[in-house]
Amino acid sequence: MHRFANPARFLRIANAALPWLAGVCALSIAAGLWFALVDSPPDYQQGDSVRIMYLHVPAAWMGMFCYTAMAAFSAMALIWKHPLADLLARATAPVGAAFTLLCLVTGSLWGKPMWGTWWAWDARLTSMLILFFLYLGYMALSNAFDDPTRGYRAAAILALVGFVNVPVIKFSVDWWNTLHQPASVMRKGGPAIDPSMLLPLMLMALGFQTYYFVVLILRARAEIAGAKIHTIRMAEVHAAGRGE
Amino acid sequence: MSRFGEIVRRDLRLALRQGSDSVMVVTFFVLTVVLFPFGIGPEANILARVAPGVLWVTALLASMLSLDRLFQADYEDGSLELLVLTPTPLEVVVAAKVVAHWLTTGLPLLAAAPVLAVLLNLDAAGFKILLLTMLVGTPILSLVGAVGAALVLGARRGGVLLSLLILPLYVPVLIFGVGAIDATLQGLEPRAHLLILGGMLAGALALAPWAAAAALRQALE
Repeated sequence: MHRFANPARFLRIANAALPWLAGVCALSIAAGLWFALVDSPPDYQQGDSVRIMYLHVPAAWMGMFCYTAMAAFSAMALIWKHPLADLLARATAPVGAAFTLLCLVTGSLWGKPMWGTWWAWDARLTSMLILFFLYLGYMALSNAFDDPTRGYRAAAILALVGFVNVPVIKFSVDWWNTLHQPASVMRKGGPAIDPSMLLPLMLMALGFQTYYFVVLILRARAEIAGAKIHTIRMAEVHAAGRGE
Repeated sequence: MSRFGEIVRRDLRLALRQGSDSVMVVTFFVLTVVLFPFGIGPEANILARVAPGVLWVTALLASMLSLDRLFQADYEDGSLELLVLTPTPLEVVVAAKVVAHWLTTGLPLLAAAPVLAVLLNLDAAGFKILLLTMLVGTPILSLVGAVGAALVLGARRGGVLLSLLILPLYVPVLIFGVGAIDATLQGLEPRAHLLILGGMLAGALALAPWAAAAALRQALE
């Protein structure tokens, strides 16, 4: 892991991986959408509304995955003080927040025809909403200091504190027997959904996962370039100050 | 351990001598609760229905508003740096300050809650459990709040930021605090809710001082 903390080495590997990841992302989302919207059967109970699930479920997975990744990067940043881990954690936050929001919005759109309500104060929904607020708090805190590194450090601690919420989300449907249905893919005894529906779901999940990596690399690249520009400008200012 | 007591005593003395902080917290609690009968109408049965939630939400806000004095004053006048330099582990310092904070905010809130419950026409069955949930719940608020208060030291617009960081983490306390009272009022057993609250207190007690101490260290670096 320490090998990849070197920004130059990270960039070399990331730049090589980027076109492949982007390709996989585009292909699997295109194929996933085709199967999800056209070539998969409507549900016997939910009808065509079930197709919202192909967006909703992967978005929810990614919301949790991004928070886990953010907490892991934050831990690395705090323990080993890798500047790159800090940068990756910050780059993850908006992506995770967007996926969480997408999950909440699609869930709400699905809930209106199925449950008859846009929103219910169910354990899963509430904990997901809290996850969204945690992302917002993380982003606000990391930008709240005049000295940016202070903000990153504080936000990293917050990310670790907020991680308690992730297992709560995962198990909320088992602990509280409320409106949201329990897990049907990642559960003991294998997935409980038909292969014709599992295929688009998995394709979309793969697409979202690779999308995250693509955006992460793009954002990290931009941040590294920004830091370089900052250093060059500072050097210029210092040189001008010395009258050279 | 003696240093722990010293810091608690120092913070209590400061709170008692230099300010009306505890009085302000309780005043805020009372005033906000009194607003509700005006907001939702004075019908006794509606007030009795919302009383547990109103009391808990306002207690939570009052507790949050007082968090800035946990570390802010010490941070500004430099005594926090001296506390960090003492041989006492910073975690113990944080725990002592949290205890002092709870004694000056949580305890007064606890004392004011039954009076306000009378104003809101809470059913007699709910009084004991209201006090019990607040007795277990308000220390969690102080512990989790200490992490937030330490994180926003020196931040721009720290107060607003603090509420964004802390309120999501307060939600579970609110859910199980109100849940226990509602269960009792409906004649159910509140034990499960109380046990979860107790578990959260144990977890916060074990983890929050470490997180807050880490946040203080990075604030003073």
